[in-house]
Parts: sequence; structure tokens; C-alpha cells
Amino acid sequence: MRLLFGSCFTLLIAAAIGLGATWLTLTRGIAFGALTIGAWTAWPKSGSADIDPYARATIARTGELPTGMGDGIAFYAHTDDRGHAFDGRCTFSISGMTPPARYWTVTLYTPEGRLVANAIDRHGFTSEEIARDNDGRFTIAVAPLARSGNWLPTGGIEQFMLVWRLYDTAIGVATRTAKEGPMPAIERKGC
Amino acid sequence: MVRGLLWILAAILLGGIVHLSTVLAMPRAAKQDAYSRLASLTPVNTMVPLAQPQTGAEIMPFMDPAFATAVCRYDLTGGSLKLTAPVSQAYTSVTFYTRRSVAYYAINDRAAGRRTIELDLMTAAQHAQVPEDEEVTAADRLIIESPTTMGLIVLRALAPEPGLMSMARRTLAAATCGIQAAQ
Repeated sequence: MRLLFGSCFTLLIAAAIGLGATWLTLTRGIAFGALTIGAWTAWPKSGSADIDPYARATIARTGELPTGMGDGIAFYAHTDDRGHAFDGRCTFSISGMTPPARYWTVTLYTPEGRLVANAIDRHGFTSEEIARDNDGRFTIAVAPLARSGNWLPTGGIEQFMLVWRLYDTAIGVATRTAKEGPMPAIERKGC
Repeated sequence: MVRGLLWILAAILLGGIVHLSTVLAMPRAAKQDAYSRLASLTPVNTMVPLAQPQTGAEIMPFMDPAFATAVCRYDLTGGSLKLTAPVSQAYTSVTFYTRRSVAYYAINDRAAGRRTIELDLMTAAQHAQVPEDEEVTAADRLIIESPTTMGLIVLRALAPEPGLMSMARRTLAAATCGIQAAQ
């Protein structure tokens, strides 16, 4: 009797631990070999045959196609530099410089990777169309209401995320520090 | 007391096994992976331009809206595949994915170094059958080995500004992929 109770209890706990851990890791997008610069994180190996099982499982679940290593690298951000979560009802400012790359794009998504409806049909910027100051620096206002300059509309959604993609760049598996690849700073300006 | 601890230890160990096996099984179990999403939209071994991602009508999540995209869903059972893709003015890339969305190879226009990207895709077995002298004479033929028989070739052309999107899409419309006749 005791044996039966013990094994049932063990199996239940095992299933809970195992499935719970799988669910947690896959919904949080956990993978090995993260390259974090400021608020931005990339997983360079996820764009190659060396992709780890967690990243494999995550992309299979979401249905996305990761950026290939010979193509470029994608940096993801869910918070500003101080850890404030991206809230579409607040204003965030992205400014500074980017690592050397032939082109880059920045895109605003829902946490599920969908585009956000807005009045001017803008979902991001490319390195060619962004307005810069005389030093070549730029500032993007990520805000629910129209701004002058580079305005990236949030559509007022509760949670959003940003993906910064660098195309044809040396940034990748060999990159270790922010010095090699300065990513733009993100700051919450108000809610 | 000791026996209770042993049960808990067993539960944790077993939980770890459950966790690892579900993670490893996920790519096979996933019903909504990129290949499945594209299977109904794209005929096999044909280059098909995809609709631009729009709010509420994205084929896949996390598509870059600045790019025009075309997909060749391939099956190498009938022979090796030839891909021809003209290069757009700004930036063009070709990425090869396995059936399970692993990006095993990617090349951009500058690395390809020509106005047209030309590639032969074959399985390891098919590559082994290519006569060696032919491979030498066709030195400008870039051969890619696919680890799986089925997979996806994704062609992406950048529109640096929204006004250039139609041009990027026109470039991709000229791209082709198809099975090469057996020699």
C-alpha cells in the first residue's frame, strides 16, 4: 500500500516538475549562448546548425524562422536599460549608436511576435530611413501618441518588445563585450 | 523519513527526465512550426513570394516587415535542387532551414559576390554521386548539402524605405527553384 502511494506520488510530482520546467523554459525563450549588450540579448547560435535543444523547441512552438548566421543577428529587448518592462502606454527613448553592419532594422512586436496596428502603419525603422543628427546619432521615440522625429507607435498595447536586426555584420558568436558592439540605450521617459 | 526523502529524490530525477524528453520531442510534436504554416501556402519545389506581414495577418511571427520574402519549400527525394535568385539593389540573403526550422546555412549577396545567386542544394548522398571532375569544372557552382530531405529556402530582399518595397518584391519574383533533371 505504502509502495503504491509512494510511486503514485512520485510520478505526479515528476510530471509536474518536468512539464512545468518545460513550459517555463519554452515560454520564456531560454537558450544557451546568450549575448547581452545593455537591454538587448541575442542568441547567435540559434541561427546555425549549432542551435541548442531549448532554442529548437522554442522556435518549433512559436513557428518563427530564426535569422541565419550568414544573414545577420537579431537582438531582443523586453525592458529598458533599468529593467522597466516595455508598456505601450508609456514613452521610451532609444538613442545612440549601433554596431557596424551593412543594414539594420528595428521592429516593434507584441510578445508573441505580431505587428501592432497603428494609424501611420509604421512597425519599425531601417538604417536608411531613420533621421539622424549631425554626429550620425539617432533618437527614436517609442510612444503611444505622435511625436516629431523618429516616432515608433506602440498602439497603446500593454506589453511590447523590440527586435533589432543587424544584417551583414561581424557581430556574432565571437562577440564578447559591449565595446565591440555598442547597442542603443533605452530609457523610459514617462507614463 | 529517509524513505520519504528517497521518494522525493526519485520524483525530482524523474521530473528532470520528463523535462528533457519533452524539450527534445517538441520540434517533432509542434503542429504550428514554420514548415507546417507554409505547407498549405506553397507548392513543393517552387519559389513562392509571401504576402507582406500585416497586423493580424502574419504567416509567421517575428517576420521583418522591411523585407520582401519568398519561400521555396523543397523535397530532394526526386533529385538535387537548383536555386537562382537575382540580387536586389540593397540587400538580399538566402537562408536554408531544415524541416524543423534549423537555419543550417545562410549567405548574403555580397558573400555570393555576383549579380545572381546560384546554388545547388542536395543531400549528402546526392553530393557523393556528383562526379569529381564535374565539380571542378563547375567551380563557380556553389553546392550546399542539406542535412534533411525536406526543408525551406527563404529568400529575403530588403526595402530600405517603404517606397522601395515593390522593387524588392519584383526582384524576388524573378527567383526560381526547381529539381534538376537526372543526368
